[in-house]
Amino acid sequence: MSDQTATATDEKRDGRGLLREIAESQTAVVVFAIIASMILGSLLIIAASEDVREAATYFFSRPSDTFSAMWHAVSSAYIAMFQGAIYNPNGGTFAAQIRPFMQTLTVATPLLFAGLGLGIGFRAGLFNIGAQGQIIMGATLGGYVGFAWDLPVGLHLLLAVLGCALGGAIWGFIPGILKATTGAHEVIVTIMLNYIALNLLSWLLTLEAFQRPGSDNPQSPQVADTAEYPLVLGDQFPLHLGFVLALLCAWGAWWLMERSTLGFQFRAVGANPSAARTAGMNVKRAIVLVMVIAGALAGLAGSAQVLGTEKSLTSGIAASFGFDAITVALLGRSRPLGIVLAAILFGGLRAAGPALQVQAQLPVDIVLVIQSLIVLFIAAPPLVRFLFRLPAPTHEKEVAA
Amino acid sequence: MTTATMDAPAAEAPAGIVRHRRLVAPIALGAIGLLSLIVFGFGTQGGLETTFAIARPTDFVDIPDFAVPSQATAIILSLVALGLAGLSFWFAWAHRPVPLWLYSAFALAVIFAMLTWVGAGKGSTSMQITGLLIGSVFLAVPLVFGALAGTLCERSGIINIAIEGQLLAGAFLAAVVAGGVASASGSRALGAYMGLIAAPIAGALVGAALALFAVKYWVNQIVVGVVLNVLVVGVTNFLFGTLLKENPDLNQAIGLPRLPIPLLHQIPIIGPVLFNSNMVVYLMYIIVIVMNIMLFKSRWGLRVRAVGEHPRAADTVGIKVNRTRVRNTILGGAIAGLGGAFFTVANGLAFGKEMTGGKGFIALAAMILGRWSPKGALAAGLLFGFADALREQFGIVGSSIPSQFLAMLPYLATIFAVAGLVGHVRPPAAEGIPYKK
Amino acid sequence: MKLELRGITKRFGDFTANDRIDLLVESGTVHALLGENGAGKSTLMNVLFGLYDADEGEVLLNDEPVVFAGPGDAMAAGIGMVHQHFMLVHPFTVAENVMLGHEDVTGPAKLLDLEAARAKVREISERFNFNVDPDAVIEDLPVGAQQRVEIIKALSRDASVLILDEPTAVLTPQETDELLGIVRDLRDAGTAVVLITHKLREVKAVADTITVIRRGKVVGTAEPTASQEELASLMVGRAVTMRVDKDEAKPGETMLSVDGLTVVDEAGIVQLDGVSFDVKAGEILAIAGVQGNGQTELTEALLGIVPSDAGSATLDGEVITGKAIKDILMSGLGFVPEDRTEDGIVAPMTIANNLILDIHDRKPYSRGGVLQPKVIAEEARKHVEQFDVRATSIEQTTGSLSGGNQQKVVLARELSRPLKLLIASNPTRGLDVGSIEFVHKRIVAERDGGAAVIIVSAELDEVVALADRIAVMYHGRIVGIVPPDTDRDTLGLMMAGAHDEEEAA
Repeated sequence: MSDQTATATDEKRDGRGLLREIAESQTAVVVFAIIASMILGSLLIIAASEDVREAATYFFSRPSDTFSAMWHAVSSAYIAMFQGAIYNPNGGTFAAQIRPFMQTLTVATPLLFAGLGLGIGFRAGLFNIGAQGQIIMGATLGGYVGFAWDLPVGLHLLLAVLGCALGGAIWGFIPGILKATTGAHEVIVTIMLNYIALNLLSWLLTLEAFQRPGSDNPQSPQVADTAEYPLVLGDQFPLHLGFVLALLCAWGAWWLMERSTLGFQFRAVGANPSAARTAGMNVKRAIVLVMVIAGALAGLAGSAQVLGTEKSLTSGIAASFGFDAITVALLGRSRPLGIVLAAILFGGLRAAGPALQVQAQLPVDIVLVIQSLIVLFIAAPPLVRFLFRLPAPTHEKEVAA
Repeated sequence: MTTATMDAPAAEAPAGIVRHRRLVAPIALGAIGLLSLIVFGFGTQGGLETTFAIARPTDFVDIPDFAVPSQATAIILSLVALGLAGLSFWFAWAHRPVPLWLYSAFALAVIFAMLTWVGAGKGSTSMQITGLLIGSVFLAVPLVFGALAGTLCERSGIINIAIEGQLLAGAFLAAVVAGGVASASGSRALGAYMGLIAAPIAGALVGAALALFAVKYWVNQIVVGVVLNVLVVGVTNFLFGTLLKENPDLNQAIGLPRLPIPLLHQIPIIGPVLFNSNMVVYLMYIIVIVMNIMLFKSRWGLRVRAVGEHPRAADTVGIKVNRTRVRNTILGGAIAGLGGAFFTVANGLAFGKEMTGGKGFIALAAMILGRWSPKGALAAGLLFGFADALREQFGIVGSSIPSQFLAMLPYLATIFAVAGLVGHVRPPAAEGIPYKK
Repeated sequence: MKLELRGITKRFGDFTANDRIDLLVESGTVHALLGENGAGKSTLMNVLFGLYDADEGEVLLNDEPVVFAGPGDAMAAGIGMVHQHFMLVHPFTVAENVMLGHEDVTGPAKLLDLEAARAKVREISERFNFNVDPDAVIEDLPVGAQQRVEIIKALSRDASVLILDEPTAVLTPQETDELLGIVRDLRDAGTAVVLITHKLREVKAVADTITVIRRGKVVGTAEPTASQEELASLMVGRAVTMRVDKDEAKPGETMLSVDGLTVVDEAGIVQLDGVSFDVKAGEILAIAGVQGNGQTELTEALLGIVPSDAGSATLDGEVITGKAIKDILMSGLGFVPEDRTEDGIVAPMTIANNLILDIHDRKPYSRGGVLQPKVIAEEARKHVEQFDVRATSIEQTTGSLSGGNQQKVVLARELSRPLKLLIASNPTRGLDVGSIEFVHKRIVAERDGGAAVIIVSAELDEVVALADRIAVMYHGRIVGIVPPDTDRDTLGLMMAGAHDEEEAA
């Protein structure tokens, strides 16, 4: 993926030129990709709506009924999404009104952590599909520290968080070292490790050490209070310290990639490993390090789950955050700021789930559809430009072979 | 056979070839054999017996169960395995390839040692050999279809990570069409067969989306695959929660009828395993055979393989590279979709959310272990199916091996394979790279 | 058969690769298309072969206009092409490669008729004495044999026009002579042959007519009787012979000493076989040889990219074999790789960043693991000016530069460290004449500054022009080290390994 910095053209910056520049820009593609995905989502909502189908049976006598049913189905869905993810005007207090957005930020936290790790990997040329497994292993190790150890306030949380990072890092190290030493393709290895992690966790949950006393379900004891992320805005909001940590990590990821010599190496290795090696860089070391860092960040995503929201281990601890984080990193173009925004967007879509269910009687899964469509469209800018008749950017020229 | 001599390749290697012995595999076999001896052999209590059951009520002839002394049998089988490991070491030392039969015999010895150990003292109904094999074949079905789909795509140079989504889409549409047709016509069998026809269409649609983004827009094929999986999960879950919830008729448990082949199905072991299945299973065998011949012996196959190895070369002799890729990707999707029918109409089950449960990724693993060939896909699929069937049987018998570890086996095997610890796997050279003129 | 191109124009963005080119080829003749690298010869042939669509102009076959939508059409019309980079599927056999695209089928199941393909390969192979086994797998064949497979491929489709694109780039002088013999045989059999090359000797040896292309335009036609100087000046636009202005070398102490260096590759094949030689400070040792005779392995073993299996290299008294690449670079080795886009630059990174790939973690470019953007930019501006890199800004991505400017970035980076030894592989490949002169000048300047220099080049002209001594490599060995005024026939024989027995160095 090439840098998409706008190139200065000789074109005068008059109104039309500016308009054209906006229409050509990457941002325009993102905006229109989101619009296109919502339109397609609407079609699905309409197709599945019982009211629309009923109205359609007498379409030729009263077509307006069909259209109003369509409009109702779609608008109620998107209103529910908005109210579930950003702002709920029906809330009694201001706190209740903005609670949805706080929920969004909370849900965005694991996506942000894992997305940052994946983004670093992508820029270093590593296609890590293994965030899912890394989240699981992080949550497992950190969760164990959280519920099995008895430590003072502060230290306990610190060690539990480090445990999460370590668990993820170990699960990232395996594909890293295999790639560096044997050339095993990280895509395949990480996919396989996801399932190994899942089975490992299910097995651990059958052991005495991981059993919640008095429970038959495969569920661990609750994480100790001392190991939980404290809530940052008081009890009325679910937002916990993990989100702040995630933002710090975003800044850290930016600094690492743009300002540090290590990040310089990662970028060079990602773009052209053989040139990096010829220039004296240790490519194998870079690959292993990138996977360890990516794994650690995914492990921290596990911490947001096990120390933040879920507070105990189950085999569903990672939900589908590992795969969703891939779409977050792709939408964010592997850049930390982009990933922050993408994580909040997709966090919002997820957070809207309950509202969708209650207000619009729609399954949460419409969110997955919209989310995946957004990423597909963004990955194919020419398709978006074609659909919306946007001009092609002038600097994308054919290059002589 | 060769009439003309050619420039000896040795001319490129001036001072002869330094030959490395590949001893990793023999050493691994030795280690496994030793482990088998310690755990299964000496780990079995003396004086117990293991009973193997073979006969099924429908068989021609009745084969009595047979019981063996557990410890002695497990020790002997482990020693046989160790002997085979030694033989493989000798082959490798002499720079000779280790023959396939050796690996197969080794695997059989260790597996039977394990079965003997697990079944020790568990009574007469413990080890249902035939049941185990039937289960293996049946559980292998979606894996084999998925691996065939992957093979078809990757041989033409398109990486198909969306097998999981294609299976799921196939399972969904098969169930919906089966339910719809069955409630409209009143015939459940008709419904099931119509579902079977619909399944590949759903898979092909997913394949077409993959082809569109990969071939026309040059989007990274892994990205497209991953995202398509999410999309299919989203769409099927959404429709499951709306359409199917409101119209339960559309999602009934409808199964394909069993089609026993006259006489053949009564042969002990082979009969119930091979000749007493439903249409999906027979289709699997047919597709494996046809695809193996077509891929390696036909004009179409030669061209597909050329496109996957060196698309530019294919283009220069007038082969339409991108058209070939699009067709293969759609056809591959259709085959995976057909495999998806396994989950619903072949099993007589209604559609459930995310019911494919990661089988698409094991199929990907089977494709790699099967080295991108239909024959290999079948073999690897059966192997993984066997691991699955073992897991089920051990669950019934009550074994001390946690079922999660057996579930991990396919994934571990794949990691070992791609890391080159057991031979080298070489994917088609041009896979994943969009063809741009 | 008469093939005619009229007014062919092909543009890539703003760049016009072919500008109204006319060409006439008749059967039973050899038509040479002469031009420098990058003059637009290959583009023209790709247009003719249907791989590219022309923006303007037409192709006529026997005076009838034809349109080729793809290579399939071109082949059906009787045009065959041997590409510079062979179009062979490596895991396939010769017969499979030859039949690909026009396979015969047999039997009720319409399966491939491999026997027919084998027979065809044997028949053509015997007709032209090619010695090719139809069942050999391509990846096991030496390049010379692979090229003959390409020719069989074209002939098996009854090509009456055969285009050979830079066919001798990978051949020894002797193999080249054999190929030229084949070209003559083909011509005598009535085939029209288009020979694309930049090598004057070959043109003079076989061409019946010569068209010279420069910067995408036809600049003239010539008779084969024209002198090499005339052809060269047509080709490059001014009277140029490859000559480098340099003073007599003043060799000092031995700087690099290589002793019995051996490299065995992963497949167990010995690629570098006990090579020993010395290079003194202030001299240029040029390594001649056909590609793939161990030159790459030699340079990469010196840098430490490939591990050496025996022997040693000593730079200024210090053994460098076995050390990390980074340490070797920092001990005073400058390395210009043979494939700059592959090993020299990181295309999506900026010019400024590419200039510090090797020293990004050293002061003053970074402190305590933190990059210093200001220093980096300052130094980059200095280097860009000093090395005349034509770019709009140092923040431009290196990939967007022309090949010559990319090479200058690589040189600027490698020459900015204090060097004891400079290794440059094919330093001018694909560059225009101006850049070539610039690169040569800098290399000579480095020698005069007291560094030892090793030049590896597949171009004999370049070797002869730059060298103070010439080492010739063949099959992983140095077959001899000779003075630069050695005549070309002798060099050619050495490149073919003739001295292998008597004079193993």
